[in-house]
Amino acid sequence: MSNQNPATSLPDSKGWLGGLLRNRLVLVGGCLLVLLGLAALTAPVWVKAGLLLDPAQQFPTGLDEDGMPVKASGQFLVGTDNLGRDVFSRAIHGTRVSLTVGVAGMLTAMLIGVVVGVVAGFRGGTMDLLLMRFTDMNMTLPGILLAIAFAGVMDGRTLHLHPSFLPWHWLDVKLERGMVSLFLIIGFVCWPGMVRVIRAQVLSVKEREFIMASRALGASDARLIFGHVLPNILPTIIVMAAMLTANTIMLEAGLSYLGIGVPAPAPTWGAMITDGQPYFITAPHLVIVPGLAIVMTVLAFNLIGQGLQEVLDPKRKV
Amino acid sequence: MPLLEIKNLQVEFGSGAHAARAVDGVSLSLEAGKTLCLVGESGSGKSVTALSIAKLVPSPPARYVGGEILIEGRDVLKMSSRELRDIRGGLVSYVFQEPGASLNPVFRIGAQIKESLKYHRPAAANDTEVIRLLKLVGIPAPESRLRNYPHELSGGMQQRVMIAMALASQPKLLVADEPTTALDVTIQAQIIELLGDLRKQLGMAVLLITHNLGIVGDLADDVAVMYAGQIVEHGPVREVLQRPLHPYTQALIQSVPDLEAEVERLTAIPGTVPLLGSFPGGCRFHPRCPKAQASCSTQAPELASVKAGRRVRCPLWDSLLEPQTVSHRA
Repeated sequence: MSNQNPATSLPDSKGWLGGLLRNRLVLVGGCLLVLLGLAALTAPVWVKAGLLLDPAQQFPTGLDEDGMPVKASGQFLVGTDNLGRDVFSRAIHGTRVSLTVGVAGMLTAMLIGVVVGVVAGFRGGTMDLLLMRFTDMNMTLPGILLAIAFAGVMDGRTLHLHPSFLPWHWLDVKLERGMVSLFLIIGFVCWPGMVRVIRAQVLSVKEREFIMASRALGASDARLIFGHVLPNILPTIIVMAAMLTANTIMLEAGLSYLGIGVPAPAPTWGAMITDGQPYFITAPHLVIVPGLAIVMTVLAFNLIGQGLQEVLDPKRKV
Repeated sequence: MPLLEIKNLQVEFGSGAHAARAVDGVSLSLEAGKTLCLVGESGSGKSVTALSIAKLVPSPPARYVGGEILIEGRDVLKMSSRELRDIRGGLVSYVFQEPGASLNPVFRIGAQIKESLKYHRPAAANDTEVIRLLKLVGIPAPESRLRNYPHELSGGMQQRVMIAMALASQPKLLVADEPTTALDVTIQAQIIELLGDLRKQLGMAVLLITHNLGIVGDLADDVAVMYAGQIVEHGPVREVLQRPLHPYTQALIQSVPDLEAEVERLTAIPGTVPLLGSFPGGCRFHPRCPKAQASCSTQAPELASVKAGRRVRCPLWDSLLEPQTVSHRA
């Protein structure tokens, strides 16, 4: 038969995964991300197997007679840094910090943003007013400055959250720089941007008839939120999460660049750029390699975010 | 004791000087197993009255200013949210106008019916019961429909699913708020027939909200006509349709097209329903009433009992009623 129904002659999309993989943006971004994720996960294994150099080791052969970094060679894939360490290995290991902090920071921001946005949108009234003004206030503070201020507080002191007359030392918080404090800072800086979008979506979903119909069946507010509102705004949440991760990774790199990220000697892309900056003319690979790594990661998340938006949420434009 | 008794219900939107009374002193009662139709144009307050039965009108903006809504003797307006959740979908179930919009688009219909079971009959929340319910509302091959999403069903099928969800809890009162308005005519007839069958089969009371007088005669025991937030006429369906006493009811019945009569134009009621908050003084219908007297614009008429079970809000009903007024329906 020549006049086949075009709908049936299309390749059958096997559920949501098929639909996603047919989107080129998601496909490219996803491949990049899988590559980066694998690198992050397996880096120590490669080192152990001797296929990747130890990122912390300062090689005597890594510096030339003037004490300057050497260029790419058989031993060092893209060259060494100013301390004679392998730049390629350090960039690979930097993926671990970037992805962990980026994703954990995104989750923190999403958690706060979704809770505040849903409560404000669903409750409405005074609660909405207070939460949204609080959000606005947070939005007026420039993210990077706020993050620097937060980072300044992390000076190794111990914060006693319990009253001094009670020996509840499990409530003690040690304020120190590290991955945990870094992703918490990033989360606290990034959440206000999420709230408005989430709230707007909640406002529109909660006016739809099926919410009233469900309420008429005896659903509680909690049930309406978790069972009906959240599943309906999930596409938006997923798209925003992917886009936000690109931002948190940039913020992490920025903070590391300013020297307030995960402390040395942990290999982070931002710190690698700072360290390489004085050698930019003589040994540009010190800056270019971690820079490319940042671009690739951010690009991967942005591609996935835009692709997901096309697939999941075609009506909303960026 | 009637199953449902609404006493002098008053619902306002807004507050202070801008308050608009959408429902003004509505009193109704409904015995178990009976069917009452609430008829009126858009904006007459019939939907607000119906939603109030389970306190479903969002407040704010709505405020319950006065009156009582007794279900099995308990006042809904004084209930805690916990008690309300038991009433909603338990004693009283709703079927809404837009079946397509009333189903959550992201879940399969089987799961949605099961959700309704979980709230009120958790022991029966299984596929067998869902299939039984789907069969009950006349969905063919229910086993294969369980895993369908709402958009995969036609409007009529969606409305049957909504009815199945409403019936899941075995309610004593089914409130159907214009259940057929969004459906095409042949499907309308099927849904009305289904509601009639289910009512007999399950012995539940039905409160049917409609602006379609055509379906009133098929289904109702009693009918109440609402205009601008008030009941203007109330009585047994046969009497009201054959001998309407209020000029508004008469006008409504005359505007139903008759299949046999050859007419050039449909009879329409001049003017429109007054906007909420700007009801005219005196009788609220007087600006549109063909039989209005001078006194109608000053004296607000009471809803007076004409005889047992028959009420009308027009002091002139006696003198207005000529024997041939509505020959076309009789």
